Amino acid sequence: MLINLNVNGQDRTLEVLPWVSLLDALRDRLNLTGTKKGCDHGQCGACTILCDGKRILSCMTLAVMKDGSSVTTIEGVATDGKLHPIQAAFIEHDAFQCGYCTPGQICSAIGMLQEGKASTRDEVKELMSGNLCRCGANVGIIDAIMEVRENFNK
Amino acid sequence: MNNFSYLKINELAEATAIHATQSGSQYIGGGTNLLDLWKYNLIHPTALIDLTRVKEGQNIRELEDGSVRIGAFVTNADTAYNPLIEQRYPLLSRAILAGASGQIRNMATNGGNLLQRTRCYYFYDPDLPCNKRNPGSGCPAIDGYNRMHAILGTSDECIAVYPSDMSVALAALGATVNVRGRDSIRSISLEDFHRLPGNTPHIENNLRPGEIITSLDLPAEGFRNNYSYLKIRDRNSYAFALVSVAIGLTLSEGVVTQARIALGGVAHKPWRKTDAEEFLKGKAPDEVNFKKAADILLEGARPFQYNAFKIELARRAIVRNGMMALDPSSQLPGAQPSA
Repeated sequence: MLINLNVNGQDRTLEVLPWVSLLDALRDRLNLTGTKKGCDHGQCGACTILCDGKRILSCMTLAVMKDGSSVTTIEGVATDGKLHPIQAAFIEHDAFQCGYCTPGQICSAIGMLQEGKASTRDEVKELMSGNLCRCGANVGIIDAIMEVRENFNK
Repeated sequence: MNNFSYLKINELAEATAIHATQSGSQYIGGGTNLLDLWKYNLIHPTALIDLTRVKEGQNIRELEDGSVRIGAFVTNADTAYNPLIEQRYPLLSRAILAGASGQIRNMATNGGNLLQRTRCYYFYDPDLPCNKRNPGSGCPAIDGYNRMHAILGTSDECIAVYPSDMSVALAALGATVNVRGRDSIRSISLEDFHRLPGNTPHIENNLRPGEIITSLDLPAEGFRNNYSYLKIRDRNSYAFALVSVAIGLTLSEGVVTQARIALGGVAHKPWRKTDAEEFLKGKAPDEVNFKKAADILLEGARPFQYNAFKIELARRAIVRNGMMALDPSSQLPGAQPSA
């Protein structure tokens, strides 16, 4: 099936079989390997991307389901060579060790801030609970998000 | 994992017609449960009929009699954060937000939430017997590791638990499920929507083949002043319930005038008994009375080797949640215990 996706600002047309996940389409067909396959079952959050402005799990979505949508992956989060505030804060607050969960964490954090529902640290932790980090960088991740949250403009 | 074809349709009539003619086809909403089941080789749809862009069921609106109709294709996130729901049915909002993750709630549809299947790990292993997956093959959970399993409404064939948090709140609110089939439109009370396993654990709800959930109706009374959802789980977040409780109360002059109590995590469907609710009428909303109501609601509870703790846990959770309902502002994120 032929589908159209706007990926990181670029219009792309792909021929995909119906059962190809959006994650596999991004990684294998478009060579955007920043988004990671952690569990492939919607449980770890490493595959989190922004689709039509909302954070979703790309492993639990078929590429064909998003025909016509706009997708932002970790590769598209910085603008004009300038790091997104979340990316800069992650570096500053030691929010990653191995880095595997990090693209998903960053996309999820951006999506979460755009949802505008997290005010307190406890709420941020709750709303980020769909992104697992086995290295234990969670404290730094939440610190980074809390710093950006103070200054976030939708 | 098998191959399938995919079709996105705009009209429900088209969907039901295709479903009727294509054997093995299944409807798909957000796909958060369906694609998981397919990846684990538990289901083998020949075709997926994507309902997310149909013209009906895409909004949330108040009806003339003050009740509210929630579209089946609205996402869980959009429902939980909808101003009408937040103001008039905060119990529903809280329950939805206690489930899954932010990403999953952005993807999952209301209709799909109702139709989600058990996460019993024996059901999820296609190499093991399971009366739900393969009728007549047996239930390894009954004499197996059954910590997550049911204590109420079980049968000799199945002790699986139904995991939806949203449905527990819908049960407490007395929701109605509107469905549409090829030649029919009808409504089913939420209470009658999900089934107990009995000797047909492979049939989980009372939809007829091909029927599509189009919307959910909530009665006008939303218990907006005194409500609480409590979810007890092994982690503070992002885990299924061991036991969950949805409570709604109306109070007048210090006593209960109306009560609703529904339990999750303990049965094949949300567990609610009007006897327990009737008991509370005219009584003070205190721990002694919540405990008596809990005893009524938990009558007939049957422990298995690894989940006996759920009976006392449920009793205490009902009492705790009853007290939490007296001050909804004290609620913590993730439906954790508070107040």
